[in-house]
Amino acid sequence: MSLKNKYDVIVVGAGPGGSMTAKTAAEKGLNVLLIEKRQEIGSPIRCAEGVGKKSFKKFFPVIKDEWISTKMVGVRIYSPDGTLVEISDNRAVGYILERKIFDRDLACMAADAGADVFTKTRATDLIIKDNFVKGVEGIRLGESFKVEADIVVGADGVESKVGRWAGINTTLKPKDIESGAEYLISGIPVEDLCEIYLGNDIAPAGYVWAFPKGENRANVGIGILGSKIGGKIPFDYLNEFVKKKYKNGKIIEVIYGGIPVSRPAKTFGNGIMLVGDAARFTDPITGGGITNAIESGIYAGEVAAECIKEEDTSEEGLKKYEKRWRSTIGEENDRSYLLKEFFINLPDGGLNALAHSINKIKITELSVKGLMRELIDKNPWIPAKLAKLFKKK
Amino acid sequence: MISINRYKCGYCGTCVAVCPAGAIELVGAWIEIDGESCVECNNCVKICPIGALEVSDESKK
Repeated sequence: MSLKNKYDVIVVGAGPGGSMTAKTAAEKGLNVLLIEKRQEIGSPIRCAEGVGKKSFKKFFPVIKDEWISTKMVGVRIYSPDGTLVEISDNRAVGYILERKIFDRDLACMAADAGADVFTKTRATDLIIKDNFVKGVEGIRLGESFKVEADIVVGADGVESKVGRWAGINTTLKPKDIESGAEYLISGIPVEDLCEIYLGNDIAPAGYVWAFPKGENRANVGIGILGSKIGGKIPFDYLNEFVKKKYKNGKIIEVIYGGIPVSRPAKTFGNGIMLVGDAARFTDPITGGGITNAIESGIYAGEVAAECIKEEDTSEEGLKKYEKRWRSTIGEENDRSYLLKEFFINLPDGGLNALAHSINKIKITELSVKGLMRELIDKNPWIPAKLAKLFKKK
Repeated sequence: MISINRYKCGYCGTCVAVCPAGAIELVGAWIEIDGESCVECNNCVKICPIGALEVSDESKK
């Protein structure tokens, strides 16, 4: 097995976004190369692993049991004074995935569809000719290589370089990224519910999460907005929380990571598209990025196939990629970004007032929209400009 | 100069995302900082979830 000299599409990064791009493009008959700089796909994880059931299911006709660690029936949000807001159903509304298995499986699906997959293979630069991305330079197992392609897709995560190499500025300002740390803790009581803890003493402009992973384990993590870090680092906050709440738990994994909470980047250019975290597609309010990565990967794979068939892989041709994500991912990002700007400046008193205003809500779908509609109904002080974003159409 | 405590670093790449100069690279299981292109904004030091990056004494002189 060796690299070919030329592919239709090279995908850099084999997370869910990259693998779905590669799978989709290969299924459409393209010659696809998928490269991953790590030696293993899916590890180390940098994720709380939660997805909404409805948004996840629409991408997969079959959801394999081994992908799912826990089916969760809802979310419990604790305001700074400890007031509980529960959003739950009797049935599963979301999943906590086992990303180590899921990510690897998606890469296998891309391979089964015909894509070449190489790990410990890192892109170090793009081949650019006449202002057009024409391929990738990299290192594989210590050997330098150059491979040409009509389209390169940057799926290289929060630390993305592909966009920058193509002249797209993807740098995140500290106010547009959450700095995160997480433990997988074993030997603790858990229910099939995700827990969220809010408060400026607990997690400034962010939150602490506890997502169940099996019978007695949970991903317990924290995200703090970069611009609010000073003195204590996220890891200190996490340790304080864990010491208080899970004194007897055993920490069996330590995880760090950054979560974009920004507007999307520019996502296309001559011969290039960006997907997933590389395109800054995470939801700025929840921090969730898995389903947006999958969705954008599917769009990028489809658009790659169309544009190669039409023999136009220029910025103009690839523009339809943005058109496609704008109406789904883009619309949600618009709302969530403004909501984030509102929440990060809300003192604990405001968070408490919101929590006091609503009781248990019955829901069938985990959505920020549904919760916000309830809150807006009961809290006329929420700025009208924000409220109107959540009005039923 | 930014120094990396490799015993703390979890090679998560958060520092890479906030570096305006593109001076940091996540290479598989470690990070590299290119001192030449570093603009000493210290964004990486502030954002690191684990405190693995520090402004080294050399540049404080």
